[in-house]
Amino acid sequence: MAKFNKKAGGGTPGISTASLPDIVFMLLFFFMVVTVMRQNTLMIENKLPAANQLEKLEKKDLVMYIYAGKPSPRYQAQFGTEARIQLNDKFADVKDIQAFIFSERESKREELIPYLTTALKVDGETNMGLISDIKQELRLIDALKINYTTRQGEVSKNF
Amino acid sequence: MAKRAAPEVNAGSMADIAFLLLIFFLVTTTIETDSGISRRLPPIDVTIDPPEIRQKNIFIVLINKDDQLLVEEKLMDIKDLRVAAMEFLDNGGGVGEEACTYCQGSKDPASSDNPEKAVISLQNDRATSYKMYISVQNELVAAYNELRNREAQRLYGEDYLLMEKNLADATWRGNKDKLKEQVDKLKEMYPQKLSEAEPKKTN
Repeated sequence: MAKFNKKAGGGTPGISTASLPDIVFMLLFFFMVVTVMRQNTLMIENKLPAANQLEKLEKKDLVMYIYAGKPSPRYQAQFGTEARIQLNDKFADVKDIQAFIFSERESKREELIPYLTTALKVDGETNMGLISDIKQELRLIDALKINYTTRQGEVSKNF
Repeated sequence: MAKRAAPEVNAGSMADIAFLLLIFFLVTTTIETDSGISRRLPPIDVTIDPPEIRQKNIFIVLINKDDQLLVEEKLMDIKDLRVAAMEFLDNGGGVGEEACTYCQGSKDPASSDNPEKAVISLQNDRATSYKMYISVQNELVAAYNELRNREAQRLYGEDYLLMEKNLADATWRGNKDKLKEQVDKLKEMYPQKLSEAEPKKTN
């Protein structure tokens, strides 16, 4: 009966890890595809408010971003805790917005300029005074299309 | 000479390499938000006289510096705003030429004549918080969208937001011209008339 004794004492067989690279590659490709490299390093806190009546921004290259919010903790010693505007990696003043928009317009083809949209990425805790100032500046130079960038979610999450 | 088979490359470290790359992409990934509430600012050089709007056709929403909401001179909670705005827009209190044939509101003569005439005026304080402002904007846009959706369901049996999405979608297969016509009609039925005053300064 030696034929049947073979199986005894084998223990549980080890799980084959041959498919591990495949799984990892799958994840890798997923993240490679969804990754968008950040254009700007944020120097401000930027917790966007939630809203649910959203429109998606088409044509990312035709969007100009204006960030605003409280400086992040490591910049607070230098810039204080009052909400600031950030344009392209550095803090800016309200009066710098016009120059910023002009330089953005300069870098685009002329026929695309009417389609430029300004996306306001503003921290939820910011006062409306600052945003009104921004809007006023945008109106002055005829950059009328704006988009308040928000997270997807119910309004009740804001409070 | 006998042919020698090429030795197998050991693929055991492939998983490690893939992990390394995976972790790199995991860390650098930031899922950027790219959607929001779109608005058009009013042009600055308006020389024409503002049109006369009767008091009953204006729905005044005030937000004070403590983020409290005053709607038509009554204190209101944000969760009631959508319904209140819809009631105002859908009132259809006009008679004769100003009557609104598709409105389902209470036809209160003290409220708006028709959606064409109804204007929502939003005014905030300089110290109002941005999240409150966005919440109010969101609710007001939602009021318009809900009304448009109701009409879209009634007239075309379709969801308004889906129609808008299809219209913006370049890969959508269907009759775009017809869809655009329908969406424009719905927008005409309930035009978004949201006026924003410049914020008041406190002290």
